[in-house]
Amino acid sequence: MIQIKLFKQIGSFAENKDIAREIRLKKLIPALEKNQNIILDFEKVDGATQSFIHALISDLIRKYGNDVLDRIQFKSCNDTVKAIISIVVDYMQESS
Amino acid sequence: MKIHIPNSVWLGNIDPFLRGFDSSRSRELKITFNKKWMSIHPMVLSMIASLGLTVNSSKIKCEKLEAKSKHYFERMKLFNFLGIKSDMSIKEHEAAGRFIPLTQIKNSKSLTKFITEVTPLLHLEPKHAEPIRYIMSELIRNVLEHSLSRQGAIVCAQYYKKSNTIRIGIADTGVGIWKSINQSHTPKNDIEAIRMALTPGITGTTKREGGTERNAGAGLFFIKSIASVNSDFFVIYSGKAMYKLLKRTGKNIKLNADPFDDRHSKQNNLPSWQGTIVGIDLSLDTTQEFSLLLQLLNETFREAIKERKKARYKKPQFI
Repeated sequence: MIQIKLFKQIGSFAENKDIAREIRLKKLIPALEKNQNIILDFEKVDGATQSFIHALISDLIRKYGNDVLDRIQFKSCNDTVKAIISIVVDYMQESS
Repeated sequence: MKIHIPNSVWLGNIDPFLRGFDSSRSRELKITFNKKWMSIHPMVLSMIASLGLTVNSSKIKCEKLEAKSKHYFERMKLFNFLGIKSDMSIKEHEAAGRFIPLTQIKNSKSLTKFITEVTPLLHLEPKHAEPIRYIMSELIRNVLEHSLSRQGAIVCAQYYKKSNTIRIGIADTGVGIWKSINQSHTPKNDIEAIRMALTPGITGTTKREGGTERNAGAGLFFIKSIASVNSDFFVIYSGKAMYKLLKRTGKNIKLNADPFDDRHSKQNNLPSWQGTIVGIDLSLDTTQEFSLLLQLLNETFREAIKERKKARYKKPQFI
């Protein structure tokens, strides 16, 4: 199990897709390849854009299937961040 | 190119202003003004500033300003973008709470810096600040990723006390929406390209549902939806076309995947704008909780994808 504290890298508003991509490629995919589960910790992150969350997790759902969602947990999300994550998770599953 | 600033341009009455824009002779720019007073939307300011960046300043002729509102243009830094001296010396006021002057954003790093600095500048409560930073971030990122503009995005915003509204304008002089969408789809004209760009799940980067690892085709739909839920104006102008989301009538809030199902007006024969310009108003009196809006969005987005997938199902052949 690995836990990634996002605030340190993205600040309070998660909008930079380049950083999202970097986290996905350098941390999330290697962890999943090692069969580790992941906790994405959104503590102190008070907002996010759909495009940031898409860049962070959509490719994981596409690559590993919907079951990857059993291996990723989203921690300390406020209502806005929860809603954005739900949107991306829902449309990715709807698209598959 | 010629552009005349009349005394009043806001999103509701922007059509004649756009029709009057002369886009011929793109290496020179002549700007004339109303003599008495002017009140113009930030979308217009962003448009003029971005034009100014495409023309050598020696080829820009700017009529001497007589109107009282000339100080406003100075404070919004329009003359800096045009590269001309305004001959005005004004005491610059603290920008906090009232406006964001014209700003050029050319990369992801400066976008992050801009968004971080801008939110506190507006002194808004979270329910108002959230949609504004969301809109600015997604629109500017769209420019950086899709417009291929060397000038990046030109953005400004203004708070209007009387209407308690934040008005935002973002312009670029890139490839425009038709060319961007046409990479993966076949829009027959500019207005059809705008329609596709506003439809959830359609992106110029792929035909595939769910988009690519970077793009889902959701950004503009979200922004149009924020305006729709709050019953605000939203205008997008690219190539020869303009789509304008009009204020909702009635209390029922319904988000539509097809922008043509919203209460709107459109033009498809305007003077051609090489790039894209977006204007949006956000009334602070009617702003809904952002998380509630996102729940509504989710339902519409999923339905749109489901419908599009269904439309592609093969039918059994009965003989």
